[in-house]
Amino acid sequence: MRILIVDDERDIQTLFEQRFRKEIKNNELVLAFAYSGEEALKYLDEKEQHAILILSDINMPGMSGLDLLSNIKQKYHRPPPLVMMITAYGDEENYNTAMKLGADDFLTKPLDFNQLKEKIKNIHHD
Amino acid sequence: MEQNLQNIIEILQNHSGLSDDEKAKLMAYLKEVDKKITIVEFKLDRTEKVKRTTAILLEETIEELEQKRKAIEETNTALTKSLDELKAAQAQLIQSEKMASLGELTAGIAHEIQNPLNFVNNFSEVNVELVAELKLELEKGDIAEAIAIADNIAINEEKILEHGKRADSIVKGMLQHSRSSNGIKEPTDINALADEYLRLSYHGLRAKDKTFNADFKTEFDASLPKINIIPQDIGRVLLNLINNAFYVVAERQKNLSGLEETYKPSVTITTKNLGDLIEISVMDNGNGIPEEIKKKIFQPFFTTKPTGEGTGLGLSLSYDIVKAHGGELKVETKEGEGSQFIIQIPIS
Repeated sequence: MRILIVDDERDIQTLFEQRFRKEIKNNELVLAFAYSGEEALKYLDEKEQHAILILSDINMPGMSGLDLLSNIKQKYHRPPPLVMMITAYGDEENYNTAMKLGADDFLTKPLDFNQLKEKIKNIHHD
Repeated sequence: MEQNLQNIIEILQNHSGLSDDEKAKLMAYLKEVDKKITIVEFKLDRTEKVKRTTAILLEETIEELEQKRKAIEETNTALTKSLDELKAAQAQLIQSEKMASLGELTAGIAHEIQNPLNFVNNFSEVNVELVAELKLELEKGDIAEAIAIADNIAINEEKILEHGKRADSIVKGMLQHSRSSNGIKEPTDINALADEYLRLSYHGLRAKDKTFNADFKTEFDASLPKINIIPQDIGRVLLNLINNAFYVVAERQKNLSGLEETYKPSVTITTKNLGDLIEISVMDNGNGIPEEIKKKIFQPFFTTKPTGEGTGLGLSLSYDIVKAHGGELKVETKEGEGSQFIIQIPIS
C-alpha cells in the first residue's frame, strides 16, 4: 500500500519513515513524499494508480492543501484516492471546507501516530 | 499783527523822508511778511502737535511690543512643553506600534514554535520505541539490526536538537522584537533574519485569515557577509515590509476581476552583496502604488488601510531606521504589476 505524504516541512519524511519503520521494513507500506501541492499533483499525474492514501498538510505556501484536495477530487475518479487532511489549526472553518471538498478524514497536528496507524489498518482491511 | 512789525509801521508812518507811494509799498511788504509769519507759526504749531501725538503713539507702540514679546515668550514655553509632550507621545507610539506588530506576530510565533515542538515530541517518542527495539535486537544478538537502529536514534537526536534550537531562536527573536532597542549594533546574518520574519509574517497572516494564501520565495545571496546592525530594528523594518507585501497581494486576490483568474499572489525576498553595500528587496505582485500615493507612503500617519487597521507609522519608522543605519529605503512600483521595496545598508 502506497501513501503519499504532502507537507512543506522536509523533516516530515524522516519522522514518517521512523514512525513506520517496521511497516516499511515488512513491505506493508510504501511512503512517498511531496513538499508542495504542486509537487503532489505532479506525482499523482505520473503514478496515479499507486497512491491509495494521500495525507496532506493544509497550511502550505503556494497551492494549499485545500486546493490540492479539490484538485484531486475533481480530477481522479478511478478509483479516487483517500485524502486525509492535516492541519495545525484544528478549526471548524478548515474542517468544514475540507469536508465540503470531499476529504475522507481530518487530522490535527501534533499527529497521533497510533491513531493514524489504526486508520491505515482499517483502510487495508476494507 | 506781530508787535515788532506794528512798531516798524508806526515809525514808517511818521517818517517824513518817504513818499506816500513808497510808504504804501513798504506797508504792503510788511503785511506780506506778517502773513507769512502767521503761516509759519501755524505750521510750527501743527508740527508740534504732530510731534506730541507721535511721541504718545511711539510710547504706546513700545508698550504693545513689550506685551507681544511677553506673549511670544509664553507661547515659546508652551511650544517647548508641547514638543516635549509630542516627543514622549511619539516614543509611546513607536512602542505601541512595536507591540501591535508583535500582536500580529503572535499567531505566526505560535505556529512557528508549535511545529518544531511537534517534531521534538514526535522524534523523542520514536526514540523511546527505538531504544526498546534496540535492546530486543541486542538480546537476540542481531548486531547489524542493532547498529541500524542506533543510527536511526542518532539521526533523530540530531533532529530533536535542530528543532529545539529552532524553537529557541524564535522565542529569542520574539523577545528581541518586543524589547526596546538598546541601540547596540551587532554582526547579523541578514539572510537568517529575513527568513525568520518571512515565516512569522506568513504564518501570522494565515492564522488570522484562513482564506489567505500566497506563495513566497527567497533568493538569498550566500556570499552576504554578516553586517553590523541593530537586529531588532532592522527586523522590524523587514517585518513591516513583508507584512505590507502579503497584505497587498491578499487585497489584490480579494478584488480579482473575472479577467485575472490566473492571478497567483506571490512575495519574493532577495538579498544581494553589492560590494560595499548589501541590498534586501521585498517584492510583491500586488496592484502597485499610484504615483500620488507613492509620494506620501513614507509620511508618518499616512495609510491606505481602513481606519483601525493600520497606524500609518510602519513605513515612516522603517525609513527612519534604515536612515539611522546610514542606508536607503526606496520603492519601485508599477501599477498593475507590483512593488519592490529596496533596503540598502553599507557593509562597514
